[in-house]
Amino acid sequence: MTPLPSADQVWQALAQVPDPEIPVINVVEMGIVRDVRVEGGKAVVTMTPTFSGCPALHVIRENLEQAVRGLGFGEVEVRTVLFPPWSTDSITPEARAKLERYGIAPPRPAGEVGLIELELEPVRCPRCGSLDTSVKNTFGPTLCKSIHVCNACREPFESFKTL
Amino acid sequence: MNEQVKQALIAKLTALADDELILAHRDSEWTGHGPILEEDIALANIAQDELGHATVWYGLRSALDGSDPDRLAFFRDAGEFRNCEFVELPRGDWAFTMLRQYLFDVYEALWLSAAARSTYSPLAEAAAKVVREERFHLQHTQAWVERLGLGTEESRRRIQAALDEQWGYAQQLFVPLPDEALLVAEGIVPDLAEVKEAWLERTTEHLRKSGLELPLQPGYQPASRQMHTEHLWSLLAEMQSTARWDAEAKVW
Repeated sequence: MTPLPSADQVWQALAQVPDPEIPVINVVEMGIVRDVRVEGGKAVVTMTPTFSGCPALHVIRENLEQAVRGLGFGEVEVRTVLFPPWSTDSITPEARAKLERYGIAPPRPAGEVGLIELELEPVRCPRCGSLDTSVKNTFGPTLCKSIHVCNACREPFESFKTL
Repeated sequence: MNEQVKQALIAKLTALADDELILAHRDSEWTGHGPILEEDIALANIAQDELGHATVWYGLRSALDGSDPDRLAFFRDAGEFRNCEFVELPRGDWAFTMLRQYLFDVYEALWLSAAARSTYSPLAEAAAKVVREERFHLQHTQAWVERLGLGTEESRRRIQAALDEQWGYAQQLFVPLPDEALLVAEGIVPDLAEVKEAWLERTTEHLRKSGLELPLQPGYQPASRQMHTEHLWSLLAEMQSTARWDAEAKVW
């Protein structure tokens, strides 16, 4: 009988699961996988949602389960926790760079957020790098993105909301 | 947690979830009908967030009593819903929808900020999560209130009319449930009287700054969440129709 994969191998398998809405980055880089445990013949993966209304959640959960099952686990449990709340600060530096290359301005550091503070810092255009950009819509095609336009190169672009 | 407190908490979570669910549905009615594409998208996002929040509250209830959130959303009749009348009123015009969402957003953001300190950790954790999302709503609807209030004569007329109609209804957000005092005493939920004070201060200032006049008479103020307007029946008939036709439907 072959020994069951280790938690490290589970992490590696999870790192192959792309975010369904932003396929250039994976769920581990997104910071939504919180914990992996291998108990006996069972793998337990703990994840946290980005936005609580994210419609991709059940797809992500299924994809995580499938990736881990593919390693040979008979039983896989995917748990969801809300705390500590996911923040865009959980996205790794490598993933931020990938986002920018993909054309999505990465989020700024969130830190402790005020109740209704407006985002005052300009968003950098992922195409030409100019800071001369305007917000067109604080809501975009997915819950986690806003829409901007660059006044320098005239290109519209998306930005990951700082959460 | 003793049984009486538990039942009070179940009732409170149901009221919170029902408010979000019904408001989300009203907002979603604009999908494809927004005044411009960007606003259509923005409101669809807001509706989706509120729906997500409803899922969170139904989920917390489910952890206490094993109830199925889908059954609660799609198979209860109007008389069993515990949302306030404010959120079930028809969507009206754009000014009506934006003002309602604004008044609700301020309430929700303040309530959640306080609830993040709840002694019941599942609620504190959920509130800390949800409040981060509310900021984006508030930023958006607050700007709309100002834009309409200080816009044209027509836009001002419309949002003032919305305010005159909604002000009394909005007060129901701060009417505690029959056993809510038990929860407040245990530090499980915030005291609505304190939330109301902060809400009044913030909304009054912003509404005045937006050139609006607060109604001298608050108008009709519903008191019980057991009572609903006729509008809830037609809303549910639409919202629940697919689930009731085919409860097992996997692909809608």
